[in-house]
Amino acid sequence: MLKKHQYYGFILPAVAFIIGIIIIPFISGIIDSFTNSNGISRQFIGLKNYQLLFQDYNFLQSFWLTFKFSVVSVVLINLVGLVFALIVTHKDNWFNNTLKTIFFIPNLVGGVLLGFIWQFIFTNAFKALSVNLGQNWLNGWLSDETTGFWGLVILFTWQMSGYIMLVYISFLNAIPKNSLEASLLDGASELQTFFNVKLPQLAPAFTISLFLTLANSFKLYEQNLALTNGGPYRSTEMISMYIYNTAFVNFQQGYAQATGIILFVVVALASFIQLYFSRKGERS
Amino acid sequence: MKNLLKNQKWNSLLYGVLAALVALVWVYPFVIVVVNSLKTKRGIFSNPLWFTHDFTVDNFVTAYQALDFTHSFVNSLLITVGSVVLITAVSAAAAYALTRHQVKMSSFVYYLCAATMLVPFQSIMIPLVSMFGSMNFLNRTALILMNTGLSVSLSVILYYGAFQGVPKSMDEAAKLDGASSFRVFADVVLPAVNPMTGTVIILNAMKLWNDYLLPSLVVNKNGMYTIPLKMYMFFGETNSEWQLALAGLVLSMIPIIILFLLLQKQVMSSVTEGAIK
Repeated sequence: MLKKHQYYGFILPAVAFIIGIIIIPFISGIIDSFTNSNGISRQFIGLKNYQLLFQDYNFLQSFWLTFKFSVVSVVLINLVGLVFALIVTHKDNWFNNTLKTIFFIPNLVGGVLLGFIWQFIFTNAFKALSVNLGQNWLNGWLSDETTGFWGLVILFTWQMSGYIMLVYISFLNAIPKNSLEASLLDGASELQTFFNVKLPQLAPAFTISLFLTLANSFKLYEQNLALTNGGPYRSTEMISMYIYNTAFVNFQQGYAQATGIILFVVVALASFIQLYFSRKGERS
Repeated sequence: MKNLLKNQKWNSLLYGVLAALVALVWVYPFVIVVVNSLKTKRGIFSNPLWFTHDFTVDNFVTAYQALDFTHSFVNSLLITVGSVVLITAVSAAAAYALTRHQVKMSSFVYYLCAATMLVPFQSIMIPLVSMFGSMNFLNRTALILMNTGLSVSLSVILYYGAFQGVPKSMDEAAKLDGASSFRVFADVVLPAVNPMTGTVIILNAMKLWNDYLLPSLVVNKNGMYTIPLKMYMFFGETNSEWQLALAGLVLSMIPIIILFLLLQKQVMSSVTEGAIK
């Protein structure tokens, strides 16, 4: 349909952008990870960066933190997102549509702004609550390692649940109405209908949501920066912030790039596992 | 029977009240920010949870000036619109050619797009920025080019599915009428996938408007600041002056919230589509 030169004319810009902005930096990044580059000069040092990383307390700490954060967030976000989806698909009326909008709104706002909003809540609002209710545990949430971690989890759950809700809604709406009615007519309760009819249909939605949440939490940076900035004492510094600080604060770019490559391997592995499971799900 | 119906009524009322409470909790962080942005420092100190008797809009005047809001808004707009136009054009053209010619090259490019989607931005950010830095090319134009490269893959894949749904007979009919290949694409096939163009625009615009990390490495200089960059700086300067920081936050959120309220349905269906693909 297109002549040969036209065909190449149509695809060339996209291919050029992908090669120039992703492939070339990616390859040069792999090379950089074997050097001691500080952004100005560099020497080839083989696998030393990778060896050092696995003895680096700050790296291991931020990797473990990111992993913990991802697991906790995945569970919470999917739970809240699914409950929201069930609430708003219960009946189609203005009330539920308003709820849907409200649940989704946090997703519109950028991570930096969200981080600042919650910084205000965790410092000022929580402090006022702790005085009014006489609850001491509401004090100083962002100056403590554990509550700082949960602060990030709360922020991220608040932001992402409305997004994951939309995924579940689209699968819930795809369930044929008459199979739901049939189940209710057979005398099944709403709860039984949920477990016997709705839940099996949601299997692909689980896979999608699981990995959307996982990928997003592994790449989290802006919320981390604006809420805790890694503090106190780098104890809430997640992997992206670790890469950023190593490269642009300490100017150890080769070392930071080795971390970036490890991040890539982890994310790619997770995606392959997802692909494997969703293919398997389609076949059965 | 009557009892059962009565029970159901109570149940649905209880359900409604519970759901409304959850929604109130969900929206409260925004409410608290707006409420306190309209107070003085003392009011925030005495009770940050609700209004106190010290209503003021002065914070907004100060924040507007400190954020250099008009200028930052224009920068954000230029970068977002420039990137989105380029992304849409480049990926629509590529996806069109890929669906119309099922040759080896096409499946190679398709898989290239799918594979590059796996690369997290943080894995290429350092070499990408130093590459542009070594060419002394760190400005708004460079950011637009980078945004495009980073977003093309997903957009090609979204468009690919849409173009597959447009029968080739449409192209052929237009061709017989004497239209050039480009005209067939631009005037016949592209309008047939308008909903997908909407999705591609909305998904990319939302992401780029809110983006902070890449802009902080590329346009973090006078005259080029976007809203999130300027807000981050302003926040650092206001340290304990929460009333100013909160007014700045409200200002920064207004544009995207207004746009969302206008395009609600379209935004939510686009986001769903982008997530599921």
